[in-house]
Amino acid sequence: MIVLGLEGTAWNLSAALVDESRVLVEKSSTYVPAKGGIHPREAAQHHADHMAEVVGNVLQAARENGWQMDAVAFSQGPGLGPCLRTVATAARVLSLRFGIPLVGVNHCIAHIEVGKWNTGARDPAVLYVSGGNSQVLALRQGRYRIFGETLDISVGNALDKFARSVGLPHPGGPRIEELARSAGQYIPLPYTVKGMDFSFSGLSTAASEAARKHELADVCYSFQETAFAMLVEVTERAMAHAEKKEAMLVGGVGANRRLGEMLDIMCRERGGRFFLPERKFMGDNGSMIACTGLIMLRAGVTTPLGQSQVRPGYRTDEVEVVWA
Amino acid sequence: MESEIGRGAEAVLTVEDGVVRKLRLPKSYRVPELDEQIRHERTVREARIISEARRCGVATPIIMDLSRFEIMMEYIGGVRLKEVVTPELSRQVGVMVGRLHRCGIVHGDLTTSNIMRYRERLYLIDFGLAYHDWGIEAQGVDVHVYFQTLISTHDRAQELISAFQEGYLQSYEKAKEVLARVEEIKARGRYL
Repeated sequence: MIVLGLEGTAWNLSAALVDESRVLVEKSSTYVPAKGGIHPREAAQHHADHMAEVVGNVLQAARENGWQMDAVAFSQGPGLGPCLRTVATAARVLSLRFGIPLVGVNHCIAHIEVGKWNTGARDPAVLYVSGGNSQVLALRQGRYRIFGETLDISVGNALDKFARSVGLPHPGGPRIEELARSAGQYIPLPYTVKGMDFSFSGLSTAASEAARKHELADVCYSFQETAFAMLVEVTERAMAHAEKKEAMLVGGVGANRRLGEMLDIMCRERGGRFFLPERKFMGDNGSMIACTGLIMLRAGVTTPLGQSQVRPGYRTDEVEVVWA
Repeated sequence: MESEIGRGAEAVLTVEDGVVRKLRLPKSYRVPELDEQIRHERTVREARIISEARRCGVATPIIMDLSRFEIMMEYIGGVRLKEVVTPELSRQVGVMVGRLHRCGIVHGDLTTSNIMRYRERLYLIDFGLAYHDWGIEAQGVDVHVYFQTLISTHDRAQELISAFQEGYLQSYEKAKEVLARVEEIKARGRYL
């Protein structure tokens, strides 16, 4: 079985073909704003401009290798409305053109499913952290339930905001991680965990202010240590509460080595196991949509054209996980 | 003789001569400065909220002593509500939680395992996740957690829920609003 996956919820437009065991081909094009952060309409325009090229390259590989597609999967949400609409339109065209079914995929669930597929994790508590999302999830009674999430902005967004305020290039995460390695001391910053939820906007502001008085490297280090400790604490609580023995890290911020290391220590201390997918599956990519589409298709889930409208606020727990 | 009576994600509880010691354990994934700050702040906050709740008319363990990462408090014997709950006791829980919320305290882990029946009285224990919040949402989540425990572990849950509502409405002027919010929270499908 071979499924084409289309991703384009935010920055990255990506198309891929996967079968049960591997990624056959993946092509991507990333929107880079001239300055500042993401502009939804411009990002959608980027996706429209590059759709033919990105999808064309994947289809060409399919022709050359004689791969027959069984379905078109696309990220239906959550994400930026204009970007989602561009991708959904392309997916509908491909579905009609090739006479194969559509599979509308929840973007967050795709991060989880590709992670499980890639690492062999069976039933983990999942920490999903990216520019748009920060959630702790676990499968319970047939759905990925949200055990904890951010009360304001995502951790990736907080890192980017702080980076911008101190003149670091976008995206902020990698540069902050690098600077943090040469830090000399920890500077106290607000640590906000409320019940099972966390908050990052106060931390981002406090770090920007601290940068005026302290070494930038020290502030970067303290930002990471504080923000990541919050995420790890809630992940541990979710493991205890939902009785999960595994934890898995997914999403773009998951590329940060320190965050992975902290989760690994937490898991080992409580006799659990930690799973970290390969870096190429961490950020948004077409393979994760294709992979999830394939899993859903095998369980008999397809999306009729009339129900293929985009869902910018699509929540993880709205999806019945019939394939688990 | 000291013996362990509980261990959570955060702390270990031991009891000796009628005194419970709740010690918050270090986490080696976080830097020592932050680790100590969190454990200390939470120890102080928990002790403070336990005493404050009692002043609001909720039976809680008496705090005997406090050190940096450890609370020493009265040992509450008896049985967990989980094993003995009846509609009448659930009504009394409603009264108790109403008083708590009236004072702006959210327990954060309101299960039938965290309520003890001791000498014909109900005691609320384990304030490890408690915090101050006067908001309808936070209080709604508190009540929702209690209802979910009833549904998942007790027969005749609906009867127990109705009894709680009766007591809660009686002791808290914003109870109606909170109970309406609980329905919304349930529909969102979180905190299960």
